[in-house]
Amino acid sequence: MRPRPPLALEIALARGVAALSRRVGVGGGTTIPGKLLAELDRGAIDRLAARLPNGTAVVSATNGKTTATAMTAEILRPRHKLAHNAAGANLVSGVASALLSSGDADLGLFEVDEAALPELVRRLRPRALCLGNLFRDQLDRYGELELVAERWRGAVADLPEDAKLVYNADDPQLAAVSEAHPGSISFGLDDPLVARPSLQHAADSKYCVRCGTPYVYAAAYVGHLGDYRCPRGDHARPPLDVAARDIVIRGLERASFRLDTPEGSRSVELALPGLYNVYNAVAAATLAWSLGAKLDEIATGLGRFSAAFGRFERVAVADKRVLLLLIKNPAGANEAIRTLVDGGAPQVLAVALNDEIADGRDVSWIWDVDFEPLLPSLETLVASGGRAAELALRFRYGGLSDEAIELEPDVGNALDRGLELTPDGGELVVLPTYTAMLGLQRILASRGLAKPYWERSG
Amino acid sequence: MTAIRVGHLYPDYLNIYADRGNIAVLTRRAAWRGHEVVVTALGMRDAVVRGDHDLYYVGGGQDREQLLVAEDLFGKAGALHEAVAGGAALLAVCGGYQLLGRGYRGFHGDDMPGIGLLPLDTVAGERRMIGDVLLECELEPGEKRTLAGFENHAGRTRLDPGADPLGRVLAGFGNDGESGFEGCRAGRVIGTYLHGPLLPRNPWLADWLLEQALAHRLGGDDPPRLEPLPDNLERRAHEVSATRARTRGGRFS
Repeated sequence: MRPRPPLALEIALARGVAALSRRVGVGGGTTIPGKLLAELDRGAIDRLAARLPNGTAVVSATNGKTTATAMTAEILRPRHKLAHNAAGANLVSGVASALLSSGDADLGLFEVDEAALPELVRRLRPRALCLGNLFRDQLDRYGELELVAERWRGAVADLPEDAKLVYNADDPQLAAVSEAHPGSISFGLDDPLVARPSLQHAADSKYCVRCGTPYVYAAAYVGHLGDYRCPRGDHARPPLDVAARDIVIRGLERASFRLDTPEGSRSVELALPGLYNVYNAVAAATLAWSLGAKLDEIATGLGRFSAAFGRFERVAVADKRVLLLLIKNPAGANEAIRTLVDGGAPQVLAVALNDEIADGRDVSWIWDVDFEPLLPSLETLVASGGRAAELALRFRYGGLSDEAIELEPDVGNALDRGLELTPDGGELVVLPTYTAMLGLQRILASRGLAKPYWERSG
Repeated sequence: MTAIRVGHLYPDYLNIYADRGNIAVLTRRAAWRGHEVVVTALGMRDAVVRGDHDLYYVGGGQDREQLLVAEDLFGKAGALHEAVAGGAALLAVCGGYQLLGRGYRGFHGDDMPGIGLLPLDTVAGERRMIGDVLLECELEPGEKRTLAGFENHAGRTRLDPGADPLGRVLAGFGNDGESGFEGCRAGRVIGTYLHGPLLPRNPWLADWLLEQALAHRLGGDDPPRLEPLPDNLERRAHEVSATRARTRGGRFS
């Protein structure tokens, strides 16, 4: 067996590589030092995490983990010095990098990729775990939903017994996965006025986890998330420990709700629209509360929050603005579109579809996205990315006329064309997949319009 | 104008790889030629009646959903055999394709019965076969065309000797990663692992299916030929997908 190098040496070496990666311009160094460390000695991650005096908290979900984690960070910042993977590098290497670059942190706060969760739970031994939702996503990479749920069941079983498990009770799979853990804390939405009349086309987990009968929904909020029950009485949404009620969505700018907890209620004002961001906020509130945050800290922290990286992020370009909304799977994209339509659907839209590993190589998911509500007001679609033509076909067969479709595979050119078509003072909406979003951020940064992602604080 | 009647089997259960994209392509391409496509959902306990539909469609599902429908589909087997014998066309993708064979043998006794409409068996394999695929097909003698798609399946499908595959694999895994063939074709019935979805970037196959459905609707053995469309975007999407298959299509290393 190879002798283990001292931890301090490994840290110094890996940090040097991060600086080098930024200097030679190959990226942010948000994963490279961690990759090196993971190569050298994966157990070093365990030891780095164990040095954090207040332990670690972990967030996983198909959708919203970056935003929910960033919201939690905003709430906790006055109390804690955080080690936080804010740029969304959420595999083992990304978590290792965040641990390496924050030597004086007292609490680790990590968003973790769904597939990486079991290993990271074993390594980090978190004192709190927040499970946000499970939607079908990148089947070529993650496999089927049931498989991810099964792995999460294992991760929950591996949690230290006194760890807090915070879970979205509106997701039937998560309710079933979480009930085994003692003292788990449920959260969810409880406001039928903002519910959808029926499940969406692409809804997952529609069938009772115990008997396979379709659930009956008293309220469906986002995808299959809602107030469900099996008509045969085999399974139903557990009571909510923490709930969002009296929800109000105000156009493309804001949302507000009342946060009800066992310790009392607070009203929360969010500078973000969309029901899915209310879910993110309740997840963050419940996780922060389980870590000891007070309700006033939670309400003010959420009120301070603006946007996470590329998720409803606005960038000024001369006298116009670019609104970036990451899309990566049907459920998330549908909510982004629903929010856009509720706030006034755009006339010009740029959508960038890439098919790298981080985007999912199988692009079939775009056919499950309900783009149709955008079509009536859409005058020009700029279709971009490596799979621009496939995306254009999605809109063509959705009913958009050929004259309204422009093909511009290069994302920089698509951005320029979209801005050209946007009136002065107006806002260009861009829906990029993950690597297309990184490409756009790089372009915006090179033009001095946005900070490079590796320089942003969490 | 002719109304083409499509029976979409289990749309609530088998829809994992955007199967509605295939339906949208059939509907629009028929409309652009002045025909109407009328889609009827055929769900659990809905009866299949010979002569009611010109084209049947069965999509793919996750294992759990596939298992839920397998038994119900078995109950529809007789009616589907009759419908196909009467000249109806059928397209089955992925999970639906497996259920058209004699059955699926899983690892843990999770066997599923098939309806025996195609001469094939499927057995679960150790590793999933995932990636872009490119096929060469010759559905009509002398007309060689390519199909580009994406595959993601654990099942290894073996055709009976003498059975016709849908196409020859140019890149990717295909039915079992060994035979060099993909899918199965028997008359107007096509089964394939290719999704993506299949039809938007392979419009010639959509048109072929519509022609078979029209032949059933109008009677007579010779399907009418639909007038060609420009298909510029479709061609570009096909080229990108074909390039992906050639450069990074699935292969066992």
